[in-house]
Amino acid sequence: MPVGVLVLAGDVARFAGRVAVAAARPPFEFRETVRQLFELGCRSVPLIAASGFAVGIVLSMHTRASLARFGAEALIPAGLALALVRETGPLTAGLLLSGRIGAGIGAELGAMKVTEQIDALEATAVDSFRYLVVTRVLACIIALPILTSLMNFSGIVGGYVAEATMTGMPFQTYFRLAFSSIQFSDLVPATLKTAVFGFIIATVASYLGVNTTRGTEGVGLASTRSVVYSSILLIVANVVLVRLIFFFYPA
Amino acid sequence: MAPAAVEFSHVTKSLGGRRVLDDVSFRIEPGRRVCILGRSGTGKSVTLKHVIGLMTPDTGQVLVQGEDVGRLGRRELSGLRQRIGFLFQNAALFDSISVGENVEFPMRRHTKRSPRDIRERAERLLAEVGLERDYDTMPADLSGGMRKRAALARALALEPAILLADEPSAGLDPVTAGEIDRLLMAMDRARTTLLVVTHNIPSARAIGDELIFLHEGRILARGSPAQLAASVVPLVRDFMSSAGSG
Repeated sequence: MPVGVLVLAGDVARFAGRVAVAAARPPFEFRETVRQLFELGCRSVPLIAASGFAVGIVLSMHTRASLARFGAEALIPAGLALALVRETGPLTAGLLLSGRIGAGIGAELGAMKVTEQIDALEATAVDSFRYLVVTRVLACIIALPILTSLMNFSGIVGGYVAEATMTGMPFQTYFRLAFSSIQFSDLVPATLKTAVFGFIIATVASYLGVNTTRGTEGVGLASTRSVVYSSILLIVANVVLVRLIFFFYPA
Repeated sequence: MAPAAVEFSHVTKSLGGRRVLDDVSFRIEPGRRVCILGRSGTGKSVTLKHVIGLMTPDTGQVLVQGEDVGRLGRRELSGLRQRIGFLFQNAALFDSISVGENVEFPMRRHTKRSPRDIRERAERLLAEVGLERDYDTMPADLSGGMRKRAALARALALEPAILLADEPSAGLDPVTAGEIDRLLMAMDRARTTLLVVTHNIPSARAIGDELIFLHEGRILARGSPAQLAASVVPLVRDFMSSAGSG
């Protein structure tokens, strides 16, 4: 089993390297990348917006319960915004999208593999790796930071709704307090790290999809494994990335 | 001497430890219609996949129009594939786009025709295979026979010099299988070489100028339908006298 894991890790790493090289060299599949950006990105907006809103409400309730002990209720908007922007938003968005996008890519490419559609692409003189894999990876790298920003924003809106319900705090006051505490080093590195999450999700799911065997059973496995493997890798990568962010922005 | 449309020279291929092609050699001249016959698992589909470079031989050479497929770079292989049409056994239509877009796809990728020209040609090709009303239909909404016909229209989109067809009548009723055969036979000999893999003996007799009988990865017999029917090899003779279909 450990040998199998190492072999898989090596194969995925080689596949990821191939993606990176192909993404940097022409010809580029602009049209298909934009289409994937719509399919993977725009179609994830309702999930991310709704989840962010709910997370914001829950975080607000927890933050209130904690800060009320110290009589620091005024810090709720800032505390919630910081927690969302620095960690909760990026990680939650990453995990949600590893479910939605990872499963989708794994299943779609897996189905294309077992029904010979990938061979058919090659037979029509189209580089299936660039057309199917590179486009999805690029779309995810672009979409994840944008969707994370959306998650952060809808989370803060959710926090406002919870706070306004409890205390009647005005909209402008809440948002001024929330955003006044956020600095460049809180927002930008944490949001951009989700581009790495996007790379991981799309690369792992694509690898499992294009290597699907055993018919429809294999498609199901590719879909499930895409979610499991990319979620685990994403959490591990998050530890490394947070450490890196603290290294470059010690404050 | 003009290069053969397809030439296999001592091709050997193993998959999963099993030898699927074993020292296979044959030559197909341009404009010929050749059917590859044999029982399941004898390397027929693998042979076709070697022609278009989806597989490469372990040893030996596959030459298509004089080009060694195994030695071609990505760009040269792409050029070669644009001259070959491939009808897959399960049609392999791209299921995220409509039937018409499937037929348009190769033209959009590899020609400089205007979108209007491409649309007109796609409509004409679909009309030729009897699917003129299904331009906007999604592949999942077609029957098996209709999917095969749509896939044939897509395979013909770039006016290929060589058409490869993998079990074109598999899983179809005799009437639909006959329609597919007629479409294949209607192709212009002067422009297109036809290489068909089939189990269907009536189809092979109707389509093939020449038949190649594969057995356990080797060519067991080769000749006209009449020659194979009179073969001294019992397996070949029995196979030819069967009503095998699909």
